[in-house]
Amino acid sequence: MRAPAGPPKLARVIKPESLLRPRPDGLYCPPGDFYIDPVRPVARAVITHGHADHARAGHGVAVATPPTLAIMAARYGDDFAGRAQPLAYGETLSRDGVEVTLVPAGHVLGSAQAVVRWKGLAIVVSGDYKRRRDPTCAPFEPVACDVFVSEATFGLPVFRHPPDQDEIARLLKSVAQFPERSHLVGAYALGKAQRVIALLREAGYDRPIHVHGALERLNGLYRAHGIDLGPLVPAMAGGKADFAGAVILAPPSALADRWSRRFPDPVDAFASGWMRIRARARQRGVELPLIISDHADWDELTATVQEIAPGELWITHGREEALERWAALNGVPARALRLVGYDDEED
Amino acid sequence: MRAFAELLDRLSLTASRNAKLTLVRDYLRETPDPDRGWALAALTGGLAFRAAKPAFIRRAVEARMDPVLFAWSYDYVGDLAETVSLVWPAPPGANREPGLAEVVEALRGAGRGEVQHLIEGWLDALPPDGRWALLKLVTGGLRVGVSARLAKQAAAEHGGVTVEALEEVWHGQAPPYGDLFAWLDGDADRPTPDAAGRFRPAMLAQPLDDEADRSRLDPADYAAEWKWDGVRVQAVSEGGVRRLYSRTGDDLSAAFPDLIEALEFDGALDGELLVLRDGRVAPFGDLQQRLNRKSVDARLLAAFPAAIRAYDLLAEDGEDLRALPFAERRRRLEAFVGRLTGGRIDLSPLLAFDGWPALAALRAAPPPGDPQAAEGLMLKRWDSVYEAGRPKGPWFKWKRDPSVVDAVLMYAQRGHGRRSSYYSDYTFGVWREDAPGERSLTPVGKAYFGFTDEELKQLDKFVRDHTVERFGPVRAVRADRDFGLVLEVAFEGLQRSTRHKSGLAMRFPRISRIRWDKPARDADTLTTLERMLATMEGGRGG
Repeated sequence: MRAPAGPPKLARVIKPESLLRPRPDGLYCPPGDFYIDPVRPVARAVITHGHADHARAGHGVAVATPPTLAIMAARYGDDFAGRAQPLAYGETLSRDGVEVTLVPAGHVLGSAQAVVRWKGLAIVVSGDYKRRRDPTCAPFEPVACDVFVSEATFGLPVFRHPPDQDEIARLLKSVAQFPERSHLVGAYALGKAQRVIALLREAGYDRPIHVHGALERLNGLYRAHGIDLGPLVPAMAGGKADFAGAVILAPPSALADRWSRRFPDPVDAFASGWMRIRARARQRGVELPLIISDHADWDELTATVQEIAPGELWITHGREEALERWAALNGVPARALRLVGYDDEED
Repeated sequence: MRAFAELLDRLSLTASRNAKLTLVRDYLRETPDPDRGWALAALTGGLAFRAAKPAFIRRAVEARMDPVLFAWSYDYVGDLAETVSLVWPAPPGANREPGLAEVVEALRGAGRGEVQHLIEGWLDALPPDGRWALLKLVTGGLRVGVSARLAKQAAAEHGGVTVEALEEVWHGQAPPYGDLFAWLDGDADRPTPDAAGRFRPAMLAQPLDDEADRSRLDPADYAAEWKWDGVRVQAVSEGGVRRLYSRTGDDLSAAFPDLIEALEFDGALDGELLVLRDGRVAPFGDLQQRLNRKSVDARLLAAFPAAIRAYDLLAEDGEDLRALPFAERRRRLEAFVGRLTGGRIDLSPLLAFDGWPALAALRAAPPPGDPQAAEGLMLKRWDSVYEAGRPKGPWFKWKRDPSVVDAVLMYAQRGHGRRSSYYSDYTFGVWREDAPGERSLTPVGKAYFGFTDEELKQLDKFVRDHTVERFGPVRAVRADRDFGLVLEVAFEGLQRSTRHKSGLAMRFPRISRIRWDKPARDADTLTTLERMLATMEGGRGG
């Protein structure tokens, strides 16, 4: 674990709220005059990762890791901010005595925790994170701090993600079991899609994977960052027979779309932490739920809080009340920030 | 337990029958004995042990975690077994995972006081999916959308034999079905089918709808009788073993003690299960009161007296009659039923006719009484042997023309598998008069077949273009006096239903025509359907 800059948990004369506080536009730092992941355009923003609900276009200055800035440029165009200021993992930026350091969060390519230090006080904003290994991004690094600001997308004890390899094995078994059908895997375009592809490659699947057009740009961007995705082909050419036995990746919305009719009797799969709940799978008409998530599950959330042992836990978006309840039962002072504007259905 | 859990998990989300067959067949192929045998018993409803009460499982989990967090979790998931399987806190260093056979065998031998302790130990040792499968198993009822028949079909496919060949030996076998699998694996001969009280695979009829088909047949070759509107059954009484089977071999005995008591013979009868009052056929809804029950009470037995109207005789006093021609079996059947007393078993009469026109007239206008409630006619070749399955030629069913009604499309739901990108399940309604001059649509049924692939594309487009509201996979479409899509719906009958707002339910509804031309306001009314129902019930007693 990285050591904090100042003496940890000093008898504080400074309240953490003086350094970071929730505002309607997002988490705001008064002494540094910047926001973290603001939901509306602001003068200065630190962006933890490239998902649309955290990384919005139109800020005056956007500070983020180089891959996150590249993702924003790919999605919004090169003029997505007045000025894009890269800040690599481990580098520190200072403004009016406030220091900001970005540390890997393990969520998607380029994702970071924002470590904010001021007058000996350290607050870590997790952004979105997970703790398990991901071949497509740098692993989460715990940082000791006075306040840990955690997401809680899967903050309920029912969310326990199984090992990724087991889920990929279920997909490959189904492909072998139904060679005459195609397997249509819904996966979010940034992060999940590339992770599923990389996991398939790790499992030894070396056939071409068919991809929906909406995934191509980000696949290319991942490749440019050195992530090997193996042979990919656009899922458009050919007749129905060409897709028998194929694995096809598409954004989740495409599963119910008329686009999917070109495939023979597809097995609808969906790679998401929400697939843990059978009613969710049923509701979407998913035949093969793959519980693969880029967010920490309940065990990862609680283990991370115990590992970091912050003086206080602040909980941002997601199922805040359950994590707050857990913190109370475990003697961790906690409060829910109830930030709005983050789409906790994304995963 | 893992393989079984994975099987249940996939089955619970798989809609296609073929895909289910593949999943079960592959499981039976890849899983060793005795696990696969116990799994087959679970899927065919053949497992019996002391079931655990859901309340105990809830208490057990609340003793292990914060009840508030549990309550929120349960509230979110909505299903107790699933919630507990996910939130159960596994202690560190838990025991090795139990196998399916280990679980079933321990439960079968366990006393009342031991079951809870066993289950808690297994929950500690299993991963979430395994816990879910365990809890489904021990709380009774897997409910994964697999019938006993489908599971047997899958086992037959695994062995490369017909399901009828399997069914005939099935009732002489007991879980975990070691001899059966040895035969299916090709390592042993077929087990003997000569178990007393066993099921004989049923002979089924081909539909005879086409006039052209009929004209090729010589009426003199065929006997004709009514196709009674009940449940096709087989009643067997041999060597003290008495059983009532459905036509797929499911054992219905427990729900019909009144009939079992009446099987005062040695033989095997094929017939129609009906509720009869004073020899008259009661509405199908009355029979439904008796179906799908594990046990019955005296009140039900008295209110809905069950009976069998006999079609055929398959065995008598140890003699297998199935290889005899129908004419000979019929002669034996008449004598056999004539000797029975007690009034619970009567004979399905043969119809005299001198040619197809005469028979067509009977079908179109059945005489007063029970025949008005018949589904149609059965034709059986006089020389036909009793052959398992649905052979082409010897037996035909000639159903009455379906009823049709013009209804308005109200909701559409996305289909599954190859239809998952189509709105292919349609809920339709008819007009109901709420107050003089005030009419609204009330749903009367749901249909998902009857149309061509081309029509499906048109229906799907209509749904997408005229959606007014969405609820998950369901869309409401515009349907009012001035605009809506009229569907001609064909169905086999109507029943009263308290579960439907309209008060009635259709049997086998399907879309027979899309009436692009017909204005929604001219669709039928609930009064029309109520009148049809009254006419149908008029043909029956009770």
